[in-house]
This record gives sequence, C-alpha cells and structure tokens, in this order.
Amino acid sequence: MSAAALRRSNAVPTLVGLFTFVVFILLVEVLIRIGVINRFIVPLPSQIAGAFERVIVEEDILHRFLVTAGECLAATVLLTVVGVGIGFLLHRVRILRLATETWVAAMASAPLVLMYPLFLVIFGRNALTIIMMAFVAALPPVILKTLEGLAGTRRVLINVGKSLKLSDRQLYWKIMFPAALPDIFVGVRLGMIFALINIVGVEFLINFGGLGQLINELAERYDLPGTYAAICFVVLVSVCFFLFTERVERWLRPVD
Amino acid sequence: MSVAPMPVTTASARIARGEPLLAVDHLTIRFQTPEGPLTAVDDFSLTVAQGEFLGVIGPSGCGKTTVFNVVGGLLTDYQGRVTVAGETINGPHASIGMIFQEESTFPWRTVIDNVAFPLEILGMPKAQRLERARHFVRLVGLDGFERRYPNELSGGMRQRVSMARTLASEPKILLMDEPFAALDEQTRLLLGDKVLQIQQELKQTTLLITHNITEAIQLSDRILVMTYRPGKVKRIVDIDLPRPRTSEIVSSDAFGHYVAQIWADLREEASRGLQADESQVRQAGDHRK
Repeated sequence: MSAAALRRSNAVPTLVGLFTFVVFILLVEVLIRIGVINRFIVPLPSQIAGAFERVIVEEDILHRFLVTAGECLAATVLLTVVGVGIGFLLHRVRILRLATETWVAAMASAPLVLMYPLFLVIFGRNALTIIMMAFVAALPPVILKTLEGLAGTRRVLINVGKSLKLSDRQLYWKIMFPAALPDIFVGVRLGMIFALINIVGVEFLINFGGLGQLINELAERYDLPGTYAAICFVVLVSVCFFLFTERVERWLRPVD
Repeated sequence: MSVAPMPVTTASARIARGEPLLAVDHLTIRFQTPEGPLTAVDDFSLTVAQGEFLGVIGPSGCGKTTVFNVVGGLLTDYQGRVTVAGETINGPHASIGMIFQEESTFPWRTVIDNVAFPLEILGMPKAQRLERARHFVRLVGLDGFERRYPNELSGGMRQRVSMARTLASEPKILLMDEPFAALDEQTRLLLGDKVLQIQQELKQTTLLITHNITEAIQLSDRILVMTYRPGKVKRIVDIDLPRPRTSEIVSSDAFGHYVAQIWADLREEASRGLQADESQVRQAGDHRK
C-alpha cells in the first residue's frame, strides 16, 4: 500500500491509536521502574500482562466475564426500552415533561450506588439487584437524550410529514424517531457506561457475581497485577458493548 | 402605505377562465408579538388556474412564507378562505404538494427511499412504489443516484430529491417556497430549466413563492407582487413569454423589460422593509439603553 493510500484509509487512525497506547504503557513501565510511580500502588504493566494467564486459568475469568456482560446486556436492554419509552412519553405529554425533566436531570448526578442496601432488601443478594441498580442509575441519560433528540427534530422534516398528512404515530415512527436516533444512541452509550460502572461497583460491594467480585477478591489478596488484569476485562466488556451499539445504530440508521 | 391591487388584465383573464383550481379569498393573518398584535397578511386574494404557474414575489418580511403555510395547511389560524377546486380546506390536503425552502430530505433514507416515502405512507407495495419512485427520480435527472444518501449529494441534487418526493405523491397543486434560495445563481437557473421541463411534461399547476425576480419571470405565467408588511396584493403581472422556455430566455429584451417592471414595484416595498428593519433595530438599541 502506498503512503497516500495508507493516509486515505481508516488504518491510520487505528495505527496512531495503537501506537499512542503502546507509548503510554511503555511510559508507565519506565516511570514505575525509575520510582516516579509507586509500584505498590500501580503494578508494572509487564507484571499485569504476566497476570493475564493466571487470571484466565485460575480465576474462571470467562465465566465471570460472561456474568458481568450478561448483567450489562440485561440492564442495557431494560434501560433502552424503558428509557426511550419514558423519553417518548415526556416529549409527548408537555406537562409531564415540565414537571419531571429537572428531577430526571438531578437523578443523573445522584450517587444511586449508595442505595444498594435498599435494593438488597427488595431483591435479595442476587443478579437482579445488580441489574436493577444499574438500570436505575443509568436511566436518566437515556431519557434525557431521547427527549433532546425528539425535540431537536428539524421543523422542516416535521412539516414534510404534516404536508403528507401523516398521523401522529407515523410522524413519530417515520420521521421523529429516525431523526432522533443519533441522540438516542448517545444516551444509550452513556447509560451503558453508567450501568457497567454500577454493575462492577455493586458486584464489588456485595461480593457477588462476575468481574466486580473477582476484583474485590484479588484486591483483598493484594494481588495488584491480577486486580488490574481483571479491570482490563471490565474494559473489554465496555468495548464489546460499544461495538455492539455502534453496529445496531448503523443498522437502524446507515448514515449520520 | 396602502396599495390597491391592479385589475386583472386580459391575459390573466384568459388563464383564469373557468373555476380556478386554487383560490385564496380575503386572507388576513394576525400574530401576537411581544410588541402587540401584528398583521402579517391583510385581505390577500389570489387564484391559480389548472396548469398555471403563478409566482408570488415580495420583499423579505412581506408574509410570503405565511401565505405558503396557510395554503399548505400548516397554519390554520387565519381569516379568509382557501379553496381547492371549490372545496374549502383548512389543513394539509392531499391535492397540495409542498417543496420547502430548507433542505428537507430525510438523511437516513437513500434517494429512492426518500422519493418513495409518500407512496410508502399510502401503503403502496414495495416493488410498485420503487418503480414509481424511479420514474420521478429520472424525471428530476437523478438516475444513477438512487442508492446514494443525501449527504453524498450537492445542495441542488438534494433539492431535486425533495421535488421528486413531492411529485411522487402526484399533487394537483405544487406549492414551492423559495426552493432554490440556498443555491448559487447558476445552479438556480439550471434547476429552473428542470422545473420548466417538468411543468411542461406534467402540466403541473404550481404556486411559487420567491423573492428572486429572475426566477419568478423565468418560471411563471403570472407574477403577483406583494407589498411589505402587511402583505397585500400590489400588482399582478402577466408574463407573456413563449413556452417552452429555458434559462436562455433571461438574456432576451422582453425578459429585461419584465425585470425592470417588477423591480420598480418591488424596490419601493423592499425599501420600506429595510427602513422598518432599521427602525426596529434602533428602537431595540434605545430600549436596551
């Protein structure tokens, strides 16, 4: 491939991203080795890399990964269905929107994870508690971005629909919903991040489930390379979901 | 300044013989503004005969787009009457197809899916509606671009997609609000040719709202000149230029004569508009002080 063709292709940003990541890891390695970063707080990246095999073989990581990913998937589906639904409702019923929008926005910044004892009492020490905690904490961005997307539909597109005598339902499904999709997906991705943070956090706190529980156990053993290796798997869950939502968005709306 | 409408001339009478397809009778529209009630359009009437191309021209702020919204059924709070083939309407009507000034293609749909949209709403089977949509895509000269998305097209091409989409619903009356306003002059003239060609082919009754004199004369059979706010009929000018026309007609003497005639009317109104705008800005500045 010629230099010009390489510049035109998508490979360049990917290569630059990978290169930056490698440089960052090497920099951290060097800073720890020369004593700028305390190695009892941050383990050497080379040690973390070495811990991967141990974590995979000894800690049943695949199962834990699937547990956390499954909880994340359940919470994401739930918050997408309910969050987008509530967003639609608030957009449609003006008085409801005016009455609740501020509360929903306030809820987005509330540290709901601290309510986990209440959820434990309601749902018990099981996966449902974790999913519901994630769902509740991640709901506001989905609602708010859905609302923003619907309200931001260009007036002229709505007028096109009206001039073609579309019913209210057709106007929503054929014009406003596709127009709002980019915003809705921003909300779903934000919600997914909130959900994953809460899932791992609650797993950690109640010592139950997948990767959060593993991180808790490894941290209590003071196995720092193992802890960081497990955190890498949490990042992997997040990456998988990002790629998944991107695919769904491209399927529903092929262009921006 | 109050200006009485000019009497309809013999050429207009020829076109308007028989029942007009579209009629606007004594339309008056008032809006509530922070400064008090504002009369945007006052006692405005027009008729468009079957197959006629009527241009409505006026300075910015004269209420052209308001008239467009009333005829298209997007604005229903007004005094007066709008009729299509004698039937009074108050709201969007299947007989009227609208082409908007702003870019109005659906960015998530391909060209062919955009054009097929009205047929999809009517419940036409997919194969049939795509076939029909292809016909209108060809009509606006976009064959070969069916699978492209609007963001891959130029502004002029996107506006042609909007036009094809509106034509696909086969309206009796085509209503256009400055459809080429966002385009450069050359593209505008060439798209004017396309509109003339389509009008020739479909014998489409059209009401064009514009502030562009060249565009109005190039396309119209008659031009209705509006006064500055409140919008009234100032004059109706018959354009006795031969059809079929092309953009080459803009270099003819007769065309220049019409430009001068309409500009003489419009200049007075545009000056009033400019003075009103300046006075408004000055008042707003004084108010802030």
